Amino acid sequence: MELTGAEIAIRCLQEEEVEYVFGYPGGAVLYIYDALFQQETVKHILVRHEQAAVHAADGYARSSEKVGVALVTSGPGITNAVTGIATAYMDSIPMVIISGQVPSFAIGEDAFQEVDAVGITRPCVKHNFLVKDVKDIATTIKEAFYLAKSGRPGPVLVDIPKDISNHKTEFVYPDTVNIRSYNPVGKGDSAEIKRAVQMLLEAKRPMVYAGGGVVLSGAAAQLTELVRLLEFPCTNTLMGLGGYPATDKQFVGMPGMHGTYEACMAMQHCDVLIAIGARFDDRVIGNVEHFAQVPRKIIHLDIDPSSIAKRVKVDVPIVGELKLVLNQLLAELRNSMQRPDAAVLAEWWKQIDEWRVKGGGLSYKNSTEIIKPQFVIEKLYEITGGDAFVTSDVGQHQMWAAQYYKFDKPRRWINSGGLGTMGFGLPAAMGVQLINPDATVACVTGEGSIQMNIQELSTCKQFHLPIKVLSLNNRYLGMVRQWQQFFHGNRYSESYMDALPDFVKLAEAYGHIGVRVEKPSDVEPAIKEAFARKNDLVFMDFKTDPTENVFPMVPGGKGLSEVILAEDL
Amino acid sequence: MRHIISLLMENEAGALSRVAGLFSARGYNIESLAVAPTEDPTLSRMTIVTRGSDAIIEQINKQLNKLIDVAAVMDLSEGKHFERELMLVKVSAEAATREEFKRVMNDFQGRVLDVAGGACTIEFTDTCARLDEFLQVIGRDQILETVRTGASGIGCGERILKL
Repeated sequence: MELTGAEIAIRCLQEEEVEYVFGYPGGAVLYIYDALFQQETVKHILVRHEQAAVHAADGYARSSEKVGVALVTSGPGITNAVTGIATAYMDSIPMVIISGQVPSFAIGEDAFQEVDAVGITRPCVKHNFLVKDVKDIATTIKEAFYLAKSGRPGPVLVDIPKDISNHKTEFVYPDTVNIRSYNPVGKGDSAEIKRAVQMLLEAKRPMVYAGGGVVLSGAAAQLTELVRLLEFPCTNTLMGLGGYPATDKQFVGMPGMHGTYEACMAMQHCDVLIAIGARFDDRVIGNVEHFAQVPRKIIHLDIDPSSIAKRVKVDVPIVGELKLVLNQLLAELRNSMQRPDAAVLAEWWKQIDEWRVKGGGLSYKNSTEIIKPQFVIEKLYEITGGDAFVTSDVGQHQMWAAQYYKFDKPRRWINSGGLGTMGFGLPAAMGVQLINPDATVACVTGEGSIQMNIQELSTCKQFHLPIKVLSLNNRYLGMVRQWQQFFHGNRYSESYMDALPDFVKLAEAYGHIGVRVEKPSDVEPAIKEAFARKNDLVFMDFKTDPTENVFPMVPGGKGLSEVILAEDL
Repeated sequence: MRHIISLLMENEAGALSRVAGLFSARGYNIESLAVAPTEDPTLSRMTIVTRGSDAIIEQINKQLNKLIDVAAVMDLSEGKHFERELMLVKVSAEAATREEFKRVMNDFQGRVLDVAGGACTIEFTDTCARLDEFLQVIGRDQILETVRTGASGIGCGERILKL
């Protein structure tokens, strides 16, 4: 039997076992929405803005091991989606975006709601397709899913012109994909793995630096085993939090701009650094020249060869799927029957412990008068037993959540690390809650970020998503204010959030529960009560200290050992 | 360092802009870029002339390989190779008849394609550097029009880039 292109597209999603599609209808996708209407397997979540559709698909993917799917119309539909796509691209999130396009015969004529979707998204997708023949839809979607999840994952766009979605052909879903120009690597080179193990065994001041790749590759167990076997210190980047348990004694905290003192110092002064699924980002190692001043050997494991030796020189490059590479490394280590010299390692740990003392751990001066934002996160951690899925927006609250919520499991910490997209938190939480219906989902946000996608409170109401929103409302774009205080002579240019809405009333207007918390003593009861409401979305508006800053801090352009602690100021 | 990079990519709409977009997005420079389908009509072969430090060139190679449409990449500069560029030059017919001009043209193995009206069109095939040299010897004043294809490159002997 012949099916229309639209029916084929939906059948493909069924074949890929897609449970939820996040989207927004419009002229160019009307046939696809019609096909969606006539089946029940693939459920559609109607968002209130296309950016949110993509963030929701993103949160869905990050908190599971699945490919997120978004469906948008042509023109403004796809341009609104671009921020979401770029967010997913920067953090290597597997995603398929299906966009409608004006009819193929109208392409290039500046038709109504026409935009060159493939051209606009090219720099922020792993790959994209414009489907020109209905016969190509099934293969293209099959390839899109394969590309999105294999190798270094990423978003893939499939642009389908309206007429193509109404043409008919036989539906055959291919069993396999064969793209001759695309062959992601599996295992790592065994000679390099031998070299790496030797280097690790001989290290005097070793350091494990693990990033988001560990989480994406599902290699947290392997990483944990390796770190424990070697008894080395381990740091997880912002994207890698949960890849190694944060409550473990070998964990030294997050590195980089707002990392712990001990993580920064150990990164800087180690003699052998093994980077696993991390990319020596500017927010992690700071100034490249400063970082290179200290000689150290670097072993770099990554699925993407272009991540290796991009910013720093690497001594042992190993390209491969991290889970497989780490298994190879573990096997090699066991076969060697050797372990690092305990006495040498003890010296290094002594140094690290000294740094731990000097850094003072993550600390802040609590108050009985005004709510400290860090205190809210600490209470959130305690009350949820460290077991919630936590999404965040971007800014100070994001850093405090990353610092004070100790993630012991991967895929629990959901944030826009690479692109730094404000407005990510709430829609991402929707995707997380849908794929983990019984889980506790918290969205840590601020009064600035939440307003970038606050309309999604409506989506949450429609689909009964009992997310707990914790807004650290300090009336400022806090991170901007912090930089203005430190580097721009206290000139707070446009960082004060004037004319804020009454968030409690706003939450209520959307049909949710809103709570304003103004006293430190009310923080714990408010969070407890909110999380006890299993079936409700509760919006908590915490009036927090507007002068609080995020510490430690490695100022932009500075080196890791130039980290500023709170008491330095 | 100047590098000549050869690549094979899917002969599909958009593939060229993926490569060009990569260079502009990442701030790599392109001195020239030549592209046409191969004996296999599904594949295009591109020759890119670029400049950069060893680290940049390594990144360029890796980033090109990462493009889904790119099937194979070879840095021709890493070994023996041939580099040829086609240049068409138009000079005034009067200038072309001068002995001095004829001598230089012969040195550079130019071939007159056509003399019509007051203009003479000449074809040259050589390395980019030799073509630059010709233009310098003749001087801008003598030239009515120039068009160059950019370098095409191929490995020497059995250094073959093929799928």
